[in-house]
Amino acid sequence: MSARKEILDKVRKAVEGAPEVEIPRDYRTTIPHDDLVAHFAERVDDYRAIVHVLPSAEVPALVAKVTEGRRMIVPEGVTLAVAQVVPEDELLTADGVLTGCAVAIAETGTIVLDAGPDQGRRALTLVPDYHLCVVRADQIVSGVPEAVARLDPSRPLTWISGPSATSDIELNRVEGVHGPRTLEVIVST
Amino acid sequence: MSVFIGMPGDFPANSAKAVQNSQLRFNLRKATHTIRGKRATVVGELPDWAELRAAGKAIKDHTLRHLDRYLVQLEEAVQRAGGQVHWARDAAEANRIVTDLVRQTGETEVVKVKSMATQEIGLNEHLAEHGITAYETDLAELIVQLGDDFPSHILVPAIHRNRSEIREIFLAKMGDAPADLTDEPAALAEAARLHLRERFLRSKVAISGANFMIAETGTCVVLESEGNGRMCLTLPETLISVVGIEKLLPTWRDLEVFLQLLPRSSTGERMNPYTSTWTGSTEGQTFHLVLLDNGRTNVLADEVGRQALRCIRCSACLNVCPVYERAGGHAYGSVYPGPIGAILTPQLRGLGSDLDASLPYASTLCGACFEVCPVAIDIPEVLVDLRAKVAHPRAERAGMRVAGWVLAKEVRLAKAQRLASRFRKLVPKRLPGPLSAWTDTRDLPDIPKESFREWWARNERA
Repeated sequence: MSARKEILDKVRKAVEGAPEVEIPRDYRTTIPHDDLVAHFAERVDDYRAIVHVLPSAEVPALVAKVTEGRRMIVPEGVTLAVAQVVPEDELLTADGVLTGCAVAIAETGTIVLDAGPDQGRRALTLVPDYHLCVVRADQIVSGVPEAVARLDPSRPLTWISGPSATSDIELNRVEGVHGPRTLEVIVST
Repeated sequence: MSVFIGMPGDFPANSAKAVQNSQLRFNLRKATHTIRGKRATVVGELPDWAELRAAGKAIKDHTLRHLDRYLVQLEEAVQRAGGQVHWARDAAEANRIVTDLVRQTGETEVVKVKSMATQEIGLNEHLAEHGITAYETDLAELIVQLGDDFPSHILVPAIHRNRSEIREIFLAKMGDAPADLTDEPAALAEAARLHLRERFLRSKVAISGANFMIAETGTCVVLESEGNGRMCLTLPETLISVVGIEKLLPTWRDLEVFLQLLPRSSTGERMNPYTSTWTGSTEGQTFHLVLLDNGRTNVLADEVGRQALRCIRCSACLNVCPVYERAGGHAYGSVYPGPIGAILTPQLRGLGSDLDASLPYASTLCGACFEVCPVAIDIPEVLVDLRAKVAHPRAERAGMRVAGWVLAKEVRLAKAQRLASRFRKLVPKRLPGPLSAWTDTRDLPDIPKESFREWWARNERA
């Protein structure tokens, strides 16, 4: 007998006659919030990421300023300009990466990437030590349920909440083990 | 790293040794109390925690009730997305499947994401026997692996080690550790970063587990902190994920519950730094999913015990357990320590060995584990049920038979009490023979001059 058939048969036998289970969904699926942008910024800051909130017209200047002197990877869907762009095949030696995002979650201070044109493949935001992410205010939802509803599971998703971190040594938090040590988020309003 | 299976001793013997180690007790106390505090804060932030917990429990129970249907649905979805699905009845079969898959790539080195399932089946040791080196990439797992040690906590496996011990291990076992390495956590993490970076870039094959699998879409989900998971899931050409069959969730939407329950219960964060989800073959990668039974269908058949399969491996129960805090993870002799280990291990492995038969007793039944469990596993209920299933020593069985006989009839109890009162001076402080196990750690209660029923009878008359 194949392992597949044997396992499925054992499962069927094990649950035979077990009661049906209703799933109560009485938790909050939307969380109203007066100021999503401020809430998001505060929560991102909690993770010791750098966060800016400013009008969209001022974003290009800030991007230029914070990327100055950095050799940046910029996926093709990004419309913002940086001084020094390096091609993707120089990923290993690039200083940083500039991306957009798919969704951001205020309550948890999370940005979600879905490998869209302004984010590129997953390695781009992983290998360089610096990640600059520009979030549009209309991409921010209040809680996890709204984010899950907006996302497409067929795309590879990366949920990012602050810089890479470990607490494996005596529970001391150390930022930046394998992912970017610096996460900088610009919220464009 | 050695495998736990066949570890000598039982829980009382192992824990008796562990509690003598003051460094271990200090490390554990600090760790468990810190995480416990953080968890309480972020759980308290959510006014609908009870509702999330109820939904989490019900989603898991519903999934288990229809596990056959959802497994088939998952298989179809993964295959549709270009992934290959393999089924493994037990550890040996899973190890064989993974070893063959690695061999087919022609590689002799693999990188690994921290995974409870692959530890449970002893995959690293099996690969080593077949000439394949598996490199753990989670910092704590790296410390455990380099130290030829056992993990002692589900979330922070090297929590029994302090910084100077970790420094010693790195200097002795990590070829490229800088000679002037200090014991600062940041310096140690940096050494690990540099040590693993080149390996990530070079490796063609990665092995992972998964926190969740979505039947509806065929999506796998991994939560982590360091980015080593992302490295393994993203860079290599071939990804092999070994996942227990109970890790299923029916729909994509169900993640909205578990992505709130798990990080807050586990690390005490609103969200863990990185969560990756992927569906089938992604960005040109070859993807294999190995579905593991290894005793899970036996657990599923037990009406009381099956709730252990709801577990999402958050480790909140370890951090509140007074027994774990003092005995430490190694005493449980399994990759699943603490309260959840005490009910999961003996169900997965059976009650055959002394160690596994002793695990249901590794608890005071205080219930703190049940209270913090994000999927409401009634661990004390399962512990008591397992205790009833363990083979009891002859002396205990005889004693229970006598007690049953005495307690069955009122007159017998009254006679026994009068007898006990009369000879109370002769009762030793410690019981002899096999009964001494009980009095080794407890005082025998004093027998009163007269029983309550005698006192009552006397005062009623008066």
